[in-house]
Amino acid sequence: MLKTFSLGGVHPAENKISAGKKIEVLPTPAQVSVPISQHIGAPSTPVVKKGDSVKVGQLIAKSSGFVSANIHSPVSGTVFKIDNVLDASGYKRPAIIIKVDGDDEWDESIDRSPELKKDIDLSPEEIIKKVGEAGIVGLGGATFPSHVKLSVPPGKKCDVLILNGVECEPYLTSDHQLMMEKGEEIMVGAKILMKALKVDKCIIGIENNKPDAIEHMNKLAQEYEGITVQPLKVQYPQGGEKQLIDACIGRQVPSGKLPIEVGAVVQNVGTTFAVYEAVQKNKPLFERVVTVTGKSVKSPGNFLARVGTPINDLIEAAGGLPEDTGKIIGGGPMMGKALVSTDVPVTKGSSGVLIMPDEMAHRKQAQPCIRCSKCVSVCPMGLSPYLLMTLSEKGIWDRTEEEQVMDCIECGSCSFTCPSNRPLLDYIRLGKGTVGQIIRSRNK
Amino acid sequence: MSTLIISPSPHVHSGDSVKKNMYGVIIALLPALAASLWVFGLGALVVTVTAVAASVLFEYLIEKYLLKVPSTISDGSAVITGLLLAFNLPSNLPVWIIIIGALVAIGIGKMSFGGLGNNPFNPALVGRVFLLISFPVQMTSWPKPMANVGTYLDATTGATPLSIIKEGLKNGEKLTDLLKEIPSFADMFLGKMGGSAGEVAAIALLIGLVYMLVRKIITWHIPFAVLGTIAVFTGLLNLSNPEEYAGPVFHLLTGGAMLGAIFMATDYVTSPMTPKGQIIFGVGIGVITVLIRVFGAYPEGMSFAILIMNAFVPLIDRYVKPKRFGEKVK
Amino acid sequence: MNVVLITIITLSALGALAAVILYFVAQKFKVYEDPRIDQVEEVLPAANCGGCGYPGCRAFAEAMVSSDDISNLYCPVGGAEVMSKAAEIVGKAVAEAAPQVAVVRCNGTCENRPRTNKYEGAESCTIAATLYGGETGCSYGCLGLGECVDACNFDAMYMDPVTGLPVVIEENCVACGACVEACPKDIIELRNIGPKSRRIYVSCVNKDRGGPARKACSVACIGCGKCEQVCAFDAITIKDNLAYIDYEKCKLCRKCVEVCPTDAIHEINFPVRKPKPAAPKKPAESTEKNAPEVKGNDKPEEK
Repeated sequence: MLKTFSLGGVHPAENKISAGKKIEVLPTPAQVSVPISQHIGAPSTPVVKKGDSVKVGQLIAKSSGFVSANIHSPVSGTVFKIDNVLDASGYKRPAIIIKVDGDDEWDESIDRSPELKKDIDLSPEEIIKKVGEAGIVGLGGATFPSHVKLSVPPGKKCDVLILNGVECEPYLTSDHQLMMEKGEEIMVGAKILMKALKVDKCIIGIENNKPDAIEHMNKLAQEYEGITVQPLKVQYPQGGEKQLIDACIGRQVPSGKLPIEVGAVVQNVGTTFAVYEAVQKNKPLFERVVTVTGKSVKSPGNFLARVGTPINDLIEAAGGLPEDTGKIIGGGPMMGKALVSTDVPVTKGSSGVLIMPDEMAHRKQAQPCIRCSKCVSVCPMGLSPYLLMTLSEKGIWDRTEEEQVMDCIECGSCSFTCPSNRPLLDYIRLGKGTVGQIIRSRNK
Repeated sequence: MSTLIISPSPHVHSGDSVKKNMYGVIIALLPALAASLWVFGLGALVVTVTAVAASVLFEYLIEKYLLKVPSTISDGSAVITGLLLAFNLPSNLPVWIIIIGALVAIGIGKMSFGGLGNNPFNPALVGRVFLLISFPVQMTSWPKPMANVGTYLDATTGATPLSIIKEGLKNGEKLTDLLKEIPSFADMFLGKMGGSAGEVAAIALLIGLVYMLVRKIITWHIPFAVLGTIAVFTGLLNLSNPEEYAGPVFHLLTGGAMLGAIFMATDYVTSPMTPKGQIIFGVGIGVITVLIRVFGAYPEGMSFAILIMNAFVPLIDRYVKPKRFGEKVK
Repeated sequence: MNVVLITIITLSALGALAAVILYFVAQKFKVYEDPRIDQVEEVLPAANCGGCGYPGCRAFAEAMVSSDDISNLYCPVGGAEVMSKAAEIVGKAVAEAAPQVAVVRCNGTCENRPRTNKYEGAESCTIAATLYGGETGCSYGCLGLGECVDACNFDAMYMDPVTGLPVVIEENCVACGACVEACPKDIIELRNIGPKSRRIYVSCVNKDRGGPARKACSVACIGCGKCEQVCAFDAITIKDNLAYIDYEKCKLCRKCVEVCPTDAIHEINFPVRKPKPAAPKKPAESTEKNAPEVKGNDKPEEK
């Protein structure tokens, strides 16, 4: 039997429409707006000002703390202004807006040759420093700065690196395609990460709905010592860090703890590719593969887009916005965010743009809970979603905390499965936010 | 392009619905319905139609005129209550008593608590137990199986296997002699015995169980816990004194054991939310049922056992938590 | 006869015994409670709304009795009258506080503020607010899901289905502050009721610059500062592109209302102004149902 995580899980319709579509390079747009906060942690501090001319890959905003990330110019051109622009959630947040000149002039230090560079010259410390400098964050969607994850805290020991090639979100195919086209680079990236973490074991977890990727990666892994591919049963949310560790090596991260507690570090395959580029080619993170997909989209595909490109450009490249569009989602359908407009820019965390036709975009009317307990049985963290929702709705925060609301990974399995269409996760998220604040103020 | 819709994630849904689950249960009840028609004929038909129609009508009237809320009769839960109520009644019960039962089941058992999802006790059982206490004579005269296919009120009656054993033991008869008076296990399995309209045919109820398990409408925990407990408990009693206590097969096939374990105890609303809790709940029902059957005054205790355990559900849910992720110590 | 007698005697004896036991138990476990707590609770409104910051009237009464300084205690529901009575009972001085009323500082009606998207999540303002900026271009304004109305214990608020905004029913509002607390956008504010219930306030909380604010909502405060200039009492301050009128300083002269280019400043319960005979540019209109509020039509020259 194929491995998977031990508690709960659902299996939404996969709809991987764009699977197998070659990664297309999106033309650079006329103007980009690069938000200074596109990662978890403190917003970066801009180091350019209006009128400065920048090259591709040049640092434009620097990390402002330990948990923060550098941001590099994705284009060559002139800084038009630093201003508040509409972000994905309809709030205005500061961003660096750059007018693009036609040359697309890259910083000289970046090695643009396509040759694979296998030898790793840097020491572990240098690798971590390089990853930090290159502004690499978790590209699976969580956008946690990678160098922080690689810095194993004193007293803890890491014995295995797990690469996340699960892509359990329906519709999304960017990681799948990246593995097919850049498998070799990912292998070298894995070796780099292994060196940085000082481990000799690496497991690449891939769900069984990507047999071509499993086969391809398996073949490549033969040449790289210590790297194995672990095929996994298709089950959402297998891409969740804790679920993936459980699925691959059968260790469960305790409540409130980080994966390093059980000796594992998880990195997304996209992140691993970015690490390869940063360490071997000196190329900072300023572009990524984005899936543009949806039932009515004319030509769904996977695109290599520069950060800051308006999502509109991506949609145009996939054949334009369909007539019947009801909802545009940044990310996958389970955890992605509904966008208020197509003007919002691609960020480091954009794994996909999903365009939903109107008839699929609406929620059904919520009905009273019939206590069917399906939410309990699908919760991958072993929580009681029905109870957490009621407690949050009534504002009984102490019991919400007691019921371990902070363990919720917001995967949405409960809302997905609820036969009464209840907005379980909406309220649980509210409870998690409020309880989080209460805990923080208590610890002050 | 119309106005963009914004909502929190997830943006897709499994397509599961209350209706799908309820109609699934109704489909699972159809074999039992067919069996009851086969065994009890016309009477079963009248009782079932009356109970279902009355339940649906009362739900409609209460929602429309008393609560003044949108009608929920289309979700199928009232139909299920009606069916289960009918399955728990003798097939020669007069129509007016059935209507009172449906009124109590829907009016007091369900709607007085706020409708589907809020009732602490299984509505059909509330109706049934109300009738059992109010009309003990009518509720315990059981038409003979296979002999009354064309009759309704004037059916010839006989005792159920459970009451034969209970009365016989009380009168000092030997168990081995009594077991000869009741139908064979094979007949009981097929439903050829006295009893409530829908509870007799174990085979039909088991088909329903398999259907519900395959469609994932219910999980195995409650039915297996109930039946397993009854089997183990009566098995131990039987081993301790085969002269006095009937064996597990007898107890599993007679009375409402199958119907209760498969359809009544598994009612979503009135059962615990966690697998562990469901097993505790099922074991409790099994133990209480056997205690009532073997040591109590009534020959059958399934209804009471389920109602008693229903009352414990909030307590079970308060203290029995699901297995949390990360609890496993490596 | 005997039976009846025995029954009566037995029952009486049992009753007497129970009474004795109860008496001793009551003496043994007696808890002294200041009788003034009950007296204070008596005069309190018994609404248990929590507007005072205590969980219910009883807790407030205990606080009244136990604390030495009661100047920071105030029952917004009962107001000055109840507070003076309560203070009399406990024999302490009470702080004077002007009666207040809740004011909704957003006029982003469906007409004034075009919807740019449609929200379909859970019916809760807090959830919508944590998710995104709202259904309109203004990320500061009312989300219209009525969490304030749900929070109100006094039937003093309702959602106007036409405007999509909450409306305060002045007569019922006791200024307990529950709605202020409930609103995730901090739109509702408690303001002094003012003489003859007359009030002037800026009905906008948008901190965007003038252009974007105006684009999102036609009655947004654009922070132009005209009101600040015209105010003779220093009651108006502009901060983050938003004007705020200090109700303590405002003398209700209504000059600011006249100069506001976007009609963001509202005046409540003022008599209808006589239209200037020359050229009434705009007929008087009523925008709020319960509190008819009248816009001046003698504005300065239009630019």
